[in-house]
Amino acid sequence: MRIKNLVAVAAIAALGLVAAACGDDSDDSSDVEVADNPTFAAGTTMERLANAGTINIGTKIDQPGFGMNNLDGKPEGFDVEISKIIAGKLGISPDKINWVETQSAVREEYIEQGKVDFITATYTINDKRKERVDFAGPYYEAGQSLMVRKGDDSIKGPEAFRAGDKTVCSVTGSTPAENIKQYLANEASQLVLFDTYDKCRDALQNEQVDAVTTDNVILLGYISKAEDAFQLAGDTFTTEPYGVGLKKGDTEFRNFINDVLEEAAESGAYEEAWKNTAGKFDSNTPELPQIDRY
Amino acid sequence: MNTISEYWETIWQYRDTFRSGFWVTLQICVLSATGALLIGSLVAIARISPVPPLRAAGTAYVTIFRNTPLTVIMFFAAFALPELGSNADFLRIPGLDKIFGRLGTDLPYFRFAVLALSMYTAAFVCEAIRSGINAVPAGQAEAARSLGLTFIQNLRHVVLPQAWKAAIVPLGSVIIAMIKNSALAGFFGVVGDLSQSANSLTSAGGEPVIPIFIGISIGYLILTVPLGLLLDQVEKRRAVTR
Repeated sequence: MRIKNLVAVAAIAALGLVAAACGDDSDDSSDVEVADNPTFAAGTTMERLANAGTINIGTKIDQPGFGMNNLDGKPEGFDVEISKIIAGKLGISPDKINWVETQSAVREEYIEQGKVDFITATYTINDKRKERVDFAGPYYEAGQSLMVRKGDDSIKGPEAFRAGDKTVCSVTGSTPAENIKQYLANEASQLVLFDTYDKCRDALQNEQVDAVTTDNVILLGYISKAEDAFQLAGDTFTTEPYGVGLKKGDTEFRNFINDVLEEAAESGAYEEAWKNTAGKFDSNTPELPQIDRY
Repeated sequence: MNTISEYWETIWQYRDTFRSGFWVTLQICVLSATGALLIGSLVAIARISPVPPLRAAGTAYVTIFRNTPLTVIMFFAAFALPELGSNADFLRIPGLDKIFGRLGTDLPYFRFAVLALSMYTAAFVCEAIRSGINAVPAGQAEAARSLGLTFIQNLRHVVLPQAWKAAIVPLGSVIIAMIKNSALAGFFGVVGDLSQSANSLTSAGGEPVIPIFIGISIGYLILTVPLGLLLDQVEKRRAVTR
């Protein structure tokens, strides 16, 4: 850790941004590359932000592995790291980022009202949302997955339920609950639905059910709190592409972010961002999905 | 008028879901009612028995189960029993699980719901029976005792047959309340009963709330209204015999 920090400090010092590294010795954020006085075409969002030297970024603060406040009150996670990479390309160091909590329901409004310059907040791209905001990316494809007790290798994916002897829990009325039904031999004896995932987790822990199913990101959150008790089983079997939300019509900014994402995938910054955050609980390092330059 | 026909269309569209939900609810109710009547009678006998520890135990049972919200009892059944290592497997009664398929599954939540509902309702059953017993004039039991009948003989041949008549209507009300209470089972892991079906149709299926809830209400009314009418009949007949 010490050597890593030294390297980081040296790299940043070379860029003439020593201040950013001070007092920041526990956090991986100092690894993010910050561009030195980048120049952008006049009138673009990039130019405005680069000149301002600060940026408002929306993220979640309650999603372990993706956007979750640490004990210092700063968000950490894969979404946060992706944002730092983008801000870095604008010449803005992580400590100059103004983080804004964006809960699911308010994301479009915050973008439209200009409260944030862009959002990385487990934000699934879909057509309905595209009517109000634009999306760069996707930078990650989440999807429905299964969580099992640690060491249980009998379930490798949803096909395991076809035989009819394995039970699964989800939340009543949720899309994952509907999705899993097609894999079940007998709903009455295999499926349990509760109102919260906490109850499913308890049922899994006490061996009433063999698996819990929902989006892998939510499952990662539970695994992050009890790594000795649970693990993911198999790959995701649905697709939820996460994008960077930004103001509708700002195509230059969108193209810029898309370029940044592709560069980050090539340079390995993307992989490193994953490994330092959500990758701690999910060993499947994702590849950057095909960017959708619509 | 238009909306009403739209409502009917939605309800009709999901008639199969309502029907299967109705059967699951009916199964829960039949099993729980049986359980509640059995446990309730035993507790009632304990409460009027001449043995002080039995009386105390019966009173304690009623005090605890009558005064705890059913949601809490359901919660204990569904989450505390597993913690204690029980899946309520004693309810996997051979033979009975052929008729009520869910009694025998690996998923214990149907058994937990039946158990919780039986235990809770039994407290009220006990009190209904006891009120019936109290309605029997004290002279009846005293006369039976003076004839040399034992406590059990006294109950069986003298007190209970008369108490039953006074208790049947309050007992019916208790069972009707139980049928409505069974809606909670859908929130504690029982999949596919009336209330849980409604929940999944409205939230995942995106169906409008009002017709769906009208639909499940019909399901409950099919169970409760005939029972209520039957009770009215019983009451009328009793009025005649009196």
